[in-house]
Amino acid sequence: MTKKRKAIRIIVSLLIVVISLFFLQRLLVPKYVDDIIEGAFIKEFYDEENKDFNLIFLGDCEVYENFSPQVLWDEYGINSYIRGSADQYIWQSYYLLEDTLRYTKPEAVVFNVLSMQFDESQREAYNRMSLEGMEWSSAKVKAILASMKEDEHFLDYVFPILRYHSRWSELNEGDIRYMFDTKRVSNNGYYMRVDTRPAKDVPVGRPLNDYSFGENAWKYLDMMRELCEKENIELILIKAPSLYPYWYEEYEKQIDDYAEKYNLRYYNFLELGDETKINYDTDTYDGGLHMNLKGATKLSEYFGRILSEDVGLTNLRGDAELERIWDENRAEYEADKEAQYQLYGIKEGT
Amino acid sequence: MLFTSYAFIGFAALLLLLYYALPKKVQWPLLLIASWIFYLAAGVENIVYILTTTLTTFLAAIEIENLARKQKDYLKEHKEFTREEKKEYKESQKKIRLRWVAACIVLNLAILAVVKYSNFFVENVNGILRSAGSEKRLSFLSIALPLGISFYTFQSIGYLVDVYRGTVEAQRNFFKFALFTSFFPALVQGPINRYGDLSRTLYEPHSYDSKTVSYGLQRVLWGYFKKMVIADRVLAGVVTIVGDVGTYNGAYVFAGMFLYTLQLYADFTGGIDITIGLSESLGITVKENFDRPYFSKSLKEYWRRWHISMCSWFRDYLFYPVSISKPMQKLLKFSKEHFGDKFGKRVPVYLSSFIVWFATGLWHGASWNFIVWGLCNWAVLMISEELEPLYDRFHKRFPGYSGTWVKIFQVARTFMLVCIMNLFDCYHSISETLQAFGSMFTASNWNVLYDGSLLNIGLSMLDYVILAVGTIIMFTASMLQRKRPLRDSIAELSYPLRFTIFFGIFLIILLMGAYGVGYDSSQFIYNQF
Repeated sequence: MTKKRKAIRIIVSLLIVVISLFFLQRLLVPKYVDDIIEGAFIKEFYDEENKDFNLIFLGDCEVYENFSPQVLWDEYGINSYIRGSADQYIWQSYYLLEDTLRYTKPEAVVFNVLSMQFDESQREAYNRMSLEGMEWSSAKVKAILASMKEDEHFLDYVFPILRYHSRWSELNEGDIRYMFDTKRVSNNGYYMRVDTRPAKDVPVGRPLNDYSFGENAWKYLDMMRELCEKENIELILIKAPSLYPYWYEEYEKQIDDYAEKYNLRYYNFLELGDETKINYDTDTYDGGLHMNLKGATKLSEYFGRILSEDVGLTNLRGDAELERIWDENRAEYEADKEAQYQLYGIKEGT
Repeated sequence: MLFTSYAFIGFAALLLLLYYALPKKVQWPLLLIASWIFYLAAGVENIVYILTTTLTTFLAAIEIENLARKQKDYLKEHKEFTREEKKEYKESQKKIRLRWVAACIVLNLAILAVVKYSNFFVENVNGILRSAGSEKRLSFLSIALPLGISFYTFQSIGYLVDVYRGTVEAQRNFFKFALFTSFFPALVQGPINRYGDLSRTLYEPHSYDSKTVSYGLQRVLWGYFKKMVIADRVLAGVVTIVGDVGTYNGAYVFAGMFLYTLQLYADFTGGIDITIGLSESLGITVKENFDRPYFSKSLKEYWRRWHISMCSWFRDYLFYPVSISKPMQKLLKFSKEHFGDKFGKRVPVYLSSFIVWFATGLWHGASWNFIVWGLCNWAVLMISEELEPLYDRFHKRFPGYSGTWVKIFQVARTFMLVCIMNLFDCYHSISETLQAFGSMFTASNWNVLYDGSLLNIGLSMLDYVILAVGTIIMFTASMLQRKRPLRDSIAELSYPLRFTIFFGIFLIILLMGAYGVGYDSSQFIYNQF
């Protein structure tokens, strides 16, 4: 066999291998479109036409289910995005901030402090949802290394087919439909729900042996604060008004002390019920864990006023490009709302 | 660094690349460095054990060979010696050399005994103390079992005895000898290499040969198929059944017995395929350790075809020396006098076999169930030996009784025997094994074999399908292998077909292998030795 033929054979073989593996990987990775859509939020940020946001939310479900960027825009002209995912740990939030700063320099960053209770990653599934959607950068590499549990491998993040190799037995139509082109499932990182389940029998937090936040959590909060200081971004700490997981007084004290020490704004919305007018009978869809659209709207309206008046975030209304983008967003937002009303058999306003 | 880990695959790939990219003279030093890195990755502290064994064996072998040379020279210089004087001198020199052999073996076996068997000893002493009503207890030692200690200790002993016997020359380069003891592909689970065999290709420079490398990698791929698609997948079912003998009795034991036999075969032969394949791709020949053992028609034949290197090691370095030892000769004389020539001459053989099988059991694990497993094998082999004349007479009387169906029956019988004895291997204790075995005859839950209960032992229907297909592929490959090496047959196919076959196997491993998060990626069963 001639050298040329041999070389062609090798190249063709390699191409077949690479292309097959690429297609297989695309087929096997979860699409997070029809079922657990939280896994798609992080990735959607990169699809934004204009990433020049003046406010970034960081945190777990307590941010992506409780604040509506659409309301913040409509009411206060705040151009915001929620970079949150399920059980997003603080080190993931920190590296997502680093990642976000590659695209934009917001005026303020809002960080929900619930994840301070974790000093190490709890579940691989949550790591996956937070990290897989990140674009490759040094921030992503560091986020993976900081998040991996003992039985996880870095290579599984580089080649997700190694992680999802056995998903072939549970593939569905969506895996083929969204193999290359997925659809937007969030509204600037906000996860909308319009249904209602009142908060009843909220479990009281069981006593803990130690209420102190771990060293690792503090380390990343320090890093986040220092990065914001360096970039001249105001870091705002919040505790969303979710009734569960339980937020202990001892937790509150530690965050209060920290905020005071570093002169940070801290809002615990659990203590601002009168001001936000959150009604746990009507404004939550899962018994007090997360706000429904009504609750998120109330919370966003209240918090937006603080951000606008107290923090002094720029009102960007009037920017033609942003107006256009948010008009498009609003159309999607309304369509999603309508679809959900239909899904849950609810009439708007009830 | 498990063979199935990404780290190992990367490590092996990098080694292969460097091995052929660098000048040939650095090939064996590179292998030594790689082997030591591999060993250190398992625990830095363990290096002391392997270095001690390597150094003592290396020095003892040189001393033994020097003594033998001196003896030769001395006799050349003293041609005036009478035959008797020569014999007397040789005997005295032999004793000195033997002392070196014994000292080195005792030292290395002592290390093995301390790290592997001391807690077994403590456990038994404590048991005796408990039975005697004493409150005293010995403390257990917390020593981690160094990687591959049984393998490199046995290899070293084999080498030393071979030097003593004069069948191989002592290696005078310490680093070359260190490579022999620490050669990483065989360090984890064998085979137990003979110096005479391995050294032929271990130190030789090897030019890149696409066929050799390709054949080696094909074998590696096949090993991963067995290990990851079959052995690691069946593991969940075995662990469930073996873990709770009270719940999973009767028919479950029956199912578990076959699942374990499948796991053991796929795991061990898969690991050896990776070892042999990787070595082959480096141009190094490692001897086969299996010869389709489950096709054996008798247990004797099975032990000639299963873990060949271990069986031949015990034969050459334990059975023969014990058989011809002075105490055995005395026993032979005694038993001939008391039981007659026919039976008397078999007594020492049986006793030697008993020692070998006791040691084989102990080698497999520091636990009485392994020892009983070894002695069961011994008992079956000895009974078969005693019944041999009866079989001969039967076959003479019924010459037609040797067709295919008879062979199938013999294979099935041997397979069942092996499966049953393996119960001692997979259960945690003798009492559990006996309880499990007994329940197969007393429990009346045979309905679990078809009522879906077997889908609740950690294996889904899909797992069973994959296992069944995997086993059929493994069985078919084994059958095809009988006439000629399968790789030779595949090599004759057109390139697209060959590519499809190997890429297909790769995809099967990738997609159906039991690995990653969600799977308890087990160590190779033989790692623990």
